[in-house]
Amino acid sequence: MSKPKLAVWKFASCDGCQLSLLDLEDELLAVAGAVQLADFREATSGVVEGPYDLSLVEGSITTPHDAERIQEVRRASKALVTIGACATAGGVQALRNFADIDEFVAAVYASPQYISTLDTSTPISSHVAVDFELHGCPINKRQLLEVVTAFLHGKKPAIPSTSVCTECKQRGIVCVTVAHGTPCLGPVTHAGCGALCPSYTRGCYGCFGPMESPNTSALIPLLRLRGLDDRGVERVFSTFNADAAAFREAAGRA
Amino acid sequence: MPSRTIRTDYLARVEGEGAMTVRLDGDRVEHVELRIFEPPRFFEALLRGRSFREAPDITARICGICPVAYQTSAVNALESLCGVDVPEPIRLLRRLLYCGEWIESHALHVYMLHAPDFLGYDGAVELAKDAPQAVERGLALKKTGNEVMSLVGGREIHPINVRVGGFYRAPTRRELRVLVEPLERAREAALETVRWTAGFEFPERTVACDLVALSQPGEYAIERGRVRSDTGLDIDAADYDEHFEEEHVERSNALQSRLRGGGTYLCGPLARYTLNHDALSPLAREAARDAGLGTSCRDPFRSIVVRSVELVYACDEALRVIAAYEEPDAAAVPVEPVAGTGYGVSEAPRGLLYHRYRIDGEGTILDAKIVPPTSQNQLAIEDDLRNVVAGNVQLDDDRLRNLCEQTIRNYDPCISCATHFLQLEVERR
Repeated sequence: MSKPKLAVWKFASCDGCQLSLLDLEDELLAVAGAVQLADFREATSGVVEGPYDLSLVEGSITTPHDAERIQEVRRASKALVTIGACATAGGVQALRNFADIDEFVAAVYASPQYISTLDTSTPISSHVAVDFELHGCPINKRQLLEVVTAFLHGKKPAIPSTSVCTECKQRGIVCVTVAHGTPCLGPVTHAGCGALCPSYTRGCYGCFGPMESPNTSALIPLLRLRGLDDRGVERVFSTFNADAAAFREAAGRA
Repeated sequence: MPSRTIRTDYLARVEGEGAMTVRLDGDRVEHVELRIFEPPRFFEALLRGRSFREAPDITARICGICPVAYQTSAVNALESLCGVDVPEPIRLLRRLLYCGEWIESHALHVYMLHAPDFLGYDGAVELAKDAPQAVERGLALKKTGNEVMSLVGGREIHPINVRVGGFYRAPTRRELRVLVEPLERAREAALETVRWTAGFEFPERTVACDLVALSQPGEYAIERGRVRSDTGLDIDAADYDEHFEEEHVERSNALQSRLRGGGTYLCGPLARYTLNHDALSPLAREAARDAGLGTSCRDPFRSIVVRSVELVYACDEALRVIAAYEEPDAAAVPVEPVAGTGYGVSEAPRGLLYHRYRIDGEGTILDAKIVPPTSQNQLAIEDDLRNVVAGNVQLDDDRLRNLCEQTIRNYDPCISCATHFLQLEVERR
């Protein structure tokens, strides 16, 4: 039996999530032995034609060309998994969705007429059907390994959809809000990082995006109590997952 | 010579999306351009209105391969504006974190992106079938770089522990000791890397442009320094805009830099090595000498050897920092916003990274400017490519295309910073 074909695609992004695959130093050669790396330009110039058994998609859709290209990727892929905040929520570049794009272009480029861009940065799921979304800015590489392994074996990935708070409790980390009065998005943020920020005595800043059922209206008064003003609350929900519905609404309520 | 068009749809093993066009009229190189079509993400625009304290987290997202460079240039700019000089232990921790990024990024480029060009493979996975020990050594080195970043920064991609004023939590001496043994092994692997890459076959190439890098007395500049060139420039970060200009050309979503009144310049490993060779550690200097490098290097193909020497240095320096580290009284010093403009620089693995921020008295960012190394190097890459093509027009299409691709990869271009697919098109008529 021939090996399953794995492809990795990039749209508007920082390359960090696909780098996570190369960051699996101990497993990379084993993964590369179990699959055919059919199209992974960051790692190899060798390219195999589709269709692909599994496509990992990084980045958001921000140009007319990319809006067409994602359709081609979908057509060529049996399973399509989006990796990271850009692909699942539009990323930090989705802050343009709340601004005047022409003004943004003019602020950065001397000759705006040379720039081809859409008004919005949108997640892959706004354009094509997505089989699984792996959250994080960046994603957790252990979770990526789990997703790839599960898909290649036809299983559902074991990725918890609870909150960072749950991970804090599991790790026995002292609550930064209770102990130090630090504002923290842990109660509403998707698990996956292993409660990284609280383990460094920092409040969670929501880089994994909203959890499955986030109660942001209960959290906002607590954030204010810990010293955030309106602008502070708006900012904390308007970062790497700014256009994820629950965070967008929370920022709007601030 | 018959009229021919050669295309490579996507150049692999670089970071980001771009295209290259080379047009030949007989033996004459008619036109060379590096076109960057990586979608623009408008960081400088979206930073406006944000708190200055958010700059290190937001700008890290420009690049998953060198986030520490962005975080460092950002905190340097904002701390200097606000009149804060961080205590020595915090500076050393930043240098250690940055050494981790150099190790990770250089090991990635040397073993996974660049070495396959010299050895005739599509990538490191293919190379691993014939040379498993070499690839495993590269992966082990990369892993050690990532371990340093994870411990000091919280994670290897977009570290969470960096803030304006210092860190959220400073590691203890005991925690850092865990890194000593892996770094000692990595240093041996880095020495082996220098011997390995020094044995590759190199076409003879020399670039003539100015070389620009940070310099700092007594150390190989990484996280701080003055901007210097081999032709006598010696300025503070605050004077960068007076001496460098950016130009927006149609083919590129990156802005190209040049020296005002001068021309093309190059930053990155060749510039650092040539300007700061004497500041390398004795072990790194010895490895360079044994590899046949002089005290300067202007050969882009040999940049792989220079990166390997910098790997030795980064491991050596990380070990020195760990040995010298004293835990700071506090992980961060307080920083209150001061209205004005702040300037910051640092040496990203690919070269000089400049940040400028204007903030108001509340700490809101009014204006930001970021100049990544790849936009500074773009003109130098094009010049080099033009010369490489001109000197090799006799090659058949496939060999010329491979040589063009290798010429681009010599510079470790990061088009996400300034690309992932370079589209290479060679037109002959």
